[in-house]
Amino acid sequence: MGVKPLSPLDLSLAASLLVVLGALSWRMQLGLAKNMTIAAIRTTVQLLLIGHILRLLFSNVHIVYMVLISLVMLTTAGREVVARQHRPLKGIQGWLIGSGAMFFSTFTLTLLALTVIINHQPWYTPQYAIPLLGMMLGSAMSGVALSMDRMTETVWQQQRVIEQRLLLGHSATEAIGEIRRQAIRAGMMPIINSMSTAGLVSLPGMMTGQILGGSSPMDAVHYQIMIMFLLCAATGFGSIIAVYGIERRMFDRRQRLRLDVLRLPKLTHRRST
Amino acid sequence: MPDLEVTELCFQDRGPYSFQVKGGECMGLEGASGAGKSRLLRAVADLDPRTGHLVLGGVDADTVSAPQWRRMIGLLPAESGWWLDLVGDHFHDFATLDPEMLADLGFEPSVQDWQVSRLSTGERQRMAILRLLVNRPSCLLLDEPTASLDPRAVEKVEELLCAYGDENQAPIIWISHDSEQLNRVSRRRLRMEKGGHLLVPEGDDNGR
Repeated sequence: MGVKPLSPLDLSLAASLLVVLGALSWRMQLGLAKNMTIAAIRTTVQLLLIGHILRLLFSNVHIVYMVLISLVMLTTAGREVVARQHRPLKGIQGWLIGSGAMFFSTFTLTLLALTVIINHQPWYTPQYAIPLLGMMLGSAMSGVALSMDRMTETVWQQQRVIEQRLLLGHSATEAIGEIRRQAIRAGMMPIINSMSTAGLVSLPGMMTGQILGGSSPMDAVHYQIMIMFLLCAATGFGSIIAVYGIERRMFDRRQRLRLDVLRLPKLTHRRST
Repeated sequence: MPDLEVTELCFQDRGPYSFQVKGGECMGLEGASGAGKSRLLRAVADLDPRTGHLVLGGVDADTVSAPQWRRMIGLLPAESGWWLDLVGDHFHDFATLDPEMLADLGFEPSVQDWQVSRLSTGERQRMAILRLLVNRPSCLLLDEPTASLDPRAVEKVEELLCAYGDENQAPIIWISHDSEQLNRVSRRRLRMEKGGHLLVPEGDDNGR
């Protein structure tokens, strides 16, 4: 039993809703029409593209292709993590820490899930591996980005308090401890919230897709529960690694706070002329 | 004698600075705002990247851990930092505080349970001095310690800090914009000019 395929006409119907919303936004001067159009086009192009890539991957199952696509996904996620930060670390450091944290947390957990839990032969079967890795990276990316952003931003704001503690003879680890804990919590909050409301407020996307695809609801639910746990673990471990990575960069050998490792924020508001 | 010896100290675009403060001596440090006085003290506390030698009572800064050095040095910043809600939580053990010292600074023991956010600027500054002294530093670097205090408190604080220096034979560097205050507390003065040139007083065998 498969899903009823959607015709171009079906998609155009859905698209016409955005046209109506765009017109409304223009009337109300919300200034959203342009962003929404670009986002809608991006969604279409990116999804069509990944659809073709997945089709190719599914018909040519080979581990090399899988490694390549996972690296592309990881690189993109790393760039996104840096882009979401107000004051990222200078140079390649921020990207390295973000990508490294996501690599360790998502790749190991995905491997674990594929080889031990799902145990489909071969373990890198793209039908399992790609959606799994994609979901893990997506969740870890949000968490890691949130944690890193919170960490650098709070350290920047709390410079006086941190240095006061250093002056009283506290170690760097002590002086930044509370900020580190807050940053990790900030990264984990969204996934914890979505675990607690899963099924009550929203049906998770993957489960919905599986049910639409004809799986029995209970099978879909079992998968979703596993996914939730994996996502939570990947996000948590990723945030912790990333925050410790930043902490190491923020202090030097003599435990001095080095705000000069942070990039100045980009101007988000241009002066209107 | 726990002398403070600063030799060829460089930081950022400043230096090299060399001077000495003998144990028990209070050295004034004056100069225009923005000349870099606070940064000099920060560098001595090893809070900013620096080169050169710092020695206190025969102990070279580079031979001890940074937190240990900062506990020895005792820098009082111009603006104190507080990270917990209650005053008492910022102390290792508030109960062991000398009530007399507390009273000298105008506090009762109940200050332990006060909210930091409800302290006035002056109260915060006096509390910060107390917090520094219970660390028993072997040297004091004071960045405008009385700038936010009323005249009566200024007198008390000067007395307290000078007494601490005498009793512990601690070298003190005291930044102030008040020339009369420096006359009261110190005999010799360092003067930092705009641009960072440091005038070291006569009689300093290590001066330049």
